[in-house]
Amino acid sequence: MNGGHDLGGMHGFGPVEIERDEPVFHHEWERRAFAITLAAGFLGKWNIDQSRFAREQMPPAEYLATTYYEHWLFGLEKLLQDHDLVSRDEVAARLLGPGGAVRPVAGARMLKVDEVEPALRRSRASKADEDVAPRYRVGDRVVTRNINPLGHTRLPRYARSKRGVVALDHGVWVFPDTAGNGLGRKPQHCYGVRFEARELWGDAATSRDAIYIDLWDDHLEPA
Amino acid sequence: MSHDHEHGHHHHHDDDDDVQEHREHGAPLSEVELRVRALESLLVDKGLVEPAALDALIDTYETKVGPRNGAKIVARAWVDPAFKQRLLQDGTSAVAEHGFVGRQSEKLVVVENTPAVHNMVVCTLCSCYPWAVLGLPPVWYKSAPYRSRAVIDPRGVLGELGVRVPAETEVRVWDSTAEIRYMVLPERPAGTERMTEAQLAELVTRDAMIGVARVPASAGASR
Repeated sequence: MNGGHDLGGMHGFGPVEIERDEPVFHHEWERRAFAITLAAGFLGKWNIDQSRFAREQMPPAEYLATTYYEHWLFGLEKLLQDHDLVSRDEVAARLLGPGGAVRPVAGARMLKVDEVEPALRRSRASKADEDVAPRYRVGDRVVTRNINPLGHTRLPRYARSKRGVVALDHGVWVFPDTAGNGLGRKPQHCYGVRFEARELWGDAATSRDAIYIDLWDDHLEPA
Repeated sequence: MSHDHEHGHHHHHDDDDDVQEHREHGAPLSEVELRVRALESLLVDKGLVEPAALDALIDTYETKVGPRNGAKIVARAWVDPAFKQRLLQDGTSAVAEHGFVGRQSEKLVVVENTPAVHNMVVCTLCSCYPWAVLGLPPVWYKSAPYRSRAVIDPRGVLGELGVRVPAETEVRVWDSTAEIRYMVLPERPAGTERMTEAQLAELVTRDAMIGVARVPASAGASR
């Protein structure tokens, strides 16, 4: 979707400000938001592409006005509602005070403390084992499709209808543009595609520089 | 350190001590703090997350996994040409030799900075970052100024951060749109020929492995 998350090429956000000796988290609530998001992800009810899509659905004005872990919190609340795990009413009631009855969830497989380390180690969500033939080879000239789906896509706005060259073949991966929309894995090759800066940004860009974007077979057509 | 850029504005986040102080003075928690707390307590009551597992997830990324992992990889590559070759050919397997595997690093591609090519890494659509070797991303990497400008004005961003790239050097920006994660192998600074691998690792900064800083010739850099 053409949401507030798709930032490549926008102007006006000001300089990049690097904080010296930055802590991993700035507030206790960020720690908790991070941890409950990861732990809930291990319930296996949604994939990483669906979790990204949930965050992308934050209204653009709100997305740009809030911080990173607020995006995560928005996404987590949406996923928990969509999957009938925690309702909006339950959150509203809990905000008024502790306690109160909660609707139990049947069949949930909670991440236990002794599973954390192995679960993080073997986390392998998107590489596909299927043997799918590549549509392109390294060196092939391609052009990206001009798509503007309402659903999730990993083809950024700034790189649609642009010509590039396949630089790397990463092998077979789950396709986020279907998996993120609950439409299946559709495994296919993912490539690192090289775009000259001038192809993306016009003659004001330098002729020497390039942007590499990871794109899937279904994002590309022969050029 | 003289190499540190001068503009480095400090963000004035209130830290946990401030939050604690507010609590002691009876000030109410912010809306986002209340929401996270409500959600966490609901998830615990419903048996969807285990509190000890949440603490273990936080501890992993706050104290165990971080850019020191990547710095060890870089230092090894500088002193061991065979390892460097393996690292550039198959980053995932080469860093697995050091035990660095797992979430947000299903496939790692390491790109080498040379006098001819300067690489830098961004995720314009969200915050993709090689957790296994660099830990969780800093705020600036996840924020709109970097995500918007890195692809359209990489030399401008680099210049502001104190990295002047000669006109004859090609800038390559890697937009991490898939599950492939990118790490930059920075140039080894001149004058470090007598240093040990451990001393070299001390020089390597997080930002040099993202491609927005050079490695200083002496230790003490904060980023």
